[in-house]
Amino acid sequence: MDLSLTPEYEAFRQEVVRFIEDYRDQAPRGYPSKAWQKILIEHGYAARTIPRDYGGYGAEPDVLKSRIIAEEFTKAGLPGGLSNQGISMFVPTLLELGSEEQKKQWIEPTLKGDIVWCQGYSEPNSGSDLASLQTKAVVDGDDFVINGQKIWTSTAYEADMMFCLVRTEPDAPKHKGISYLLFSMDTPGIEVRPLKTMTGAASFNEVFFTDVRVPTTQIVGQRGEGWFVANATLKYERGMLGDPNQAGTRLNAIIKMMKEETMGGEKLMDNPLYRDRLVKLQSRVLAMQYHGLRLVTHQIKGEDPGLARLIVKLMGCELNHDLAGFAIDILGELGVLYHGSSYLRDNGMWQHRYMFDLGLIIGGGTAQIQKNIISERGLGMPREPKPATV
Amino acid sequence: MEFGLSEEQRLLQASVSGFLEKASELDVVRKIAEGDQSARDVLQEGIDSLGLAGVMIPEDFGGLGMTLLDAALVEEMLGRYVTPQGFLSNQMAVAGLLASGTQEQKETWLPKIAEGSVQFGIGIAEQTGAREGAGLDEKDGKLTGRALFVTEADKASQFIVADRSGRLHLVIGDAGGLSRKKLSTIDVTRSVGELVFDSVAAEALLTENVAGAAAQKMLAVGRVLQAADTLGAAQRMIEKAVAYSLERKQFNRVIGSFQAVKHMCAEMAAELEPCRSLMWFAAHAYDAEPDQVALMAAHAKSHVAEVGKFVARTATEVHGGIGFTDVLGLHFWFKRIGLNRQMFGSPETARQDAARLQGWV
Repeated sequence: MDLSLTPEYEAFRQEVVRFIEDYRDQAPRGYPSKAWQKILIEHGYAARTIPRDYGGYGAEPDVLKSRIIAEEFTKAGLPGGLSNQGISMFVPTLLELGSEEQKKQWIEPTLKGDIVWCQGYSEPNSGSDLASLQTKAVVDGDDFVINGQKIWTSTAYEADMMFCLVRTEPDAPKHKGISYLLFSMDTPGIEVRPLKTMTGAASFNEVFFTDVRVPTTQIVGQRGEGWFVANATLKYERGMLGDPNQAGTRLNAIIKMMKEETMGGEKLMDNPLYRDRLVKLQSRVLAMQYHGLRLVTHQIKGEDPGLARLIVKLMGCELNHDLAGFAIDILGELGVLYHGSSYLRDNGMWQHRYMFDLGLIIGGGTAQIQKNIISERGLGMPREPKPATV
Repeated sequence: MEFGLSEEQRLLQASVSGFLEKASELDVVRKIAEGDQSARDVLQEGIDSLGLAGVMIPEDFGGLGMTLLDAALVEEMLGRYVTPQGFLSNQMAVAGLLASGTQEQKETWLPKIAEGSVQFGIGIAEQTGAREGAGLDEKDGKLTGRALFVTEADKASQFIVADRSGRLHLVIGDAGGLSRKKLSTIDVTRSVGELVFDSVAAEALLTENVAGAAAQKMLAVGRVLQAADTLGAAQRMIEKAVAYSLERKQFNRVIGSFQAVKHMCAEMAAELEPCRSLMWFAAHAYDAEPDQVALMAAHAKSHVAEVGKFVARTATEVHGGIGFTDVLGLHFWFKRIGLNRQMFGSPETARQDAARLQGWV
C-alpha cells in the first residue's frame, strides 16, 4: 500500500500542470473542439497511446499517467479531448482487429474529429439480447445490400459514418451470423429519424435501411465474426460508463450547493436529514474512488481484477444517478424547474442528469444484464436455462 | 503508486485463514458459545502461537511493528470465521497506549500484549453517546460511576476506560471496588458487559490536554477493525449463499440458476467489493495519513455496517427456511454483523461524526 508517486510521475504531473497553465486560454468553454483536440494530441493528452503512424501521440500505455492527466484536467475544469463513439469505441476496435489499410484510412481522421461515427448495434427487437439482431445484409455482386432498422443511435444526425452490426449468415447460430460493416451515412437508402427522450432532447435516433449498398470490402474481421469484433468495443463502453471521478465532481457540487442554498432561512447543510444522506453518499463515492485505485493497481500489474471490475458499471451508474436524485430532493420545489425557468439552479443540470442517467443505467448493458454478468462470471452461478417458448 | 495488498499481506491473511478454517470451525464456535472453557483455551493457544497479538506493536516493545491494515486483515479473518476472540480490544488498547501512554506504561503493557499474556477490555461507549446513568468521574486517581458496553468485560485482565471528559484510564481487572457484569447480547461470539466503579484505583494514561484525542484515536482503530470484521463475515455469508444456491434444487433446477436468486447474490457482491477498498484506505490512513483517519474510520464504519446489514439479511433469505434455523449456524454471522453495526456508534452516529469532522455541523 503506497499512494505516493515516484519522482518520475511527480515530474509528469508538473508537466501536465504547466501545460494547463500555458494553454488554458486556448481551451474551449464547455465542449471540446477540433482545434483543442489538435493541441492535445500534439502534447500527448489525447490519443495518447495510439501509434503516430495512425495520427496518435504514440506513447507507451501507462495507466498512472493517463490517470494523472484526467485528474489534472478535472481539477482545472478543462475539457479533455474529443469523446465520441468513434474515438472511444471504434478506434480501439480497429486497432485490435482492423486491417492495416483500415487503420491507415480511418483512425487519423477520426481522432482529429474530421470523421464522426455512430454505432449501429441495437434494434427494436434486439436490446439486451443484442445477438438476435435481424438487420440483414445480402451479397449482390461486390456489395452487401442492407435492409432493416437500428435504434438508440446517438449522433446519427451529425455522424459521417456508421460502424454497424448486420446479419450476413442467416443460417448460422445467432452469434456466428453477424458481420461488422462500415459505411457512410450519406449512402442512398439510409433514413434517420430523431428519437426524443424523457429529457426533452433528441439524444438518440432511429436509422432505417432500405437496399443500402456497401462494398463487401468495408468489413472489419471476416464475415460471421462481427459478434466477436463488437465485443471488443462493448467491453470498452462498460468500463467507460462508471467513472468514479465524475461522482466526486458531482458530490463536490452538491456540497457547495448545500453550503450556499437556503430554505426557510436555514442552510441546506444545517438540515440534519439532508446532512445524513449527504455523508451516506460521500461514503459511497469514497468507496468507489478507492475501488478505482484498486483497479488501476491491477491494471498496472497486468492482472485481471475479476469480480472487482465487473461491478463498476452497475455501481458507478447507480451512484451517479443517486447523486443527481439527491440534489433534486434537497432542492425541493426548485427541483421541478426545467428548460431555463427562472429560479432554475445549476442551469438545470441536476434535472437533466437525473433523467439522462437513467438512460445510462439502461444503456450499454442494463443493470439486470450487469447482475447476470456479475453472478455468472464473478460468482460462478449458472446461466438461466433456455426459456420455455410462449 | 500501489493501492492493494502486498505479497506479505496476502500471505498473512492466507495463513490466518488457513489456521482458523479448522481451529474456528462452526462446532468449535458453538462449544465456546455454550461456555466450553477448554475449547476456548485450545483456540486461544492456537491463536497465540501465530504470534499475532503484537501485530501493531513496535518492535522495541516486543511486537511485529506492522500496520493497522495488517491488523485489519487479521480481524477480517476473525470475522470470516466468527471467531470468539479479544484481538480487536487488544489492538484498541495498543492504539490508546501508543497515543497517550507514558514510556513506563508502554514498557509495562505493550510487551505483555505482544506475548499474549494480557487481555484488555475497552470502555469508551460513553464517548459516542452515553446512556442515562452511565459515565465515569475521576477524583484523586479514583474512578466512580458506570461504564456500559465494555468489551471483554467478563474476561479482561485489564481495562482502558474513558471518563466523562474523554481522559483514558488504565484499570486492573481485579481492582477493589470494581464489579463486572456480562450482558447477554445477540452475538455469543463476543463479550460485552457493564463495569461499576466504586472509587476504583486507576492510572491516568495521559495529560488532560490531549485526552479526547487519544480516545478518538482508539475509537477510530475500533471502527476500522469492526469494518474489517463485518467485511470478513459478510464475504463469508455471500460465499455460503452462493454455495447453497448451487446445491438446493426446486422446480428441478438449482435455485442459483434463477435470476431472482442470482441478482440477490450479484447485488451483495457488488455492494461489498467497494467496501473492501474503503476499509483498506481507512486502515492505511492510520499509519500514512493520520489527519484523515477519524473521518475515514467513520465512513468505513457506517458504510460497511449498512452494506453488512443488507448482506446479512439477503444471504439469509437466499438460504430460505433453513437459513432461519440453527441448523446451518448462519445466524452466528448475522448476529456478528449486527453487533458490529451497533457498537462504537451506530451508522448515524458515525456519519454525524464524519459531518462534524468536515465542519458541516
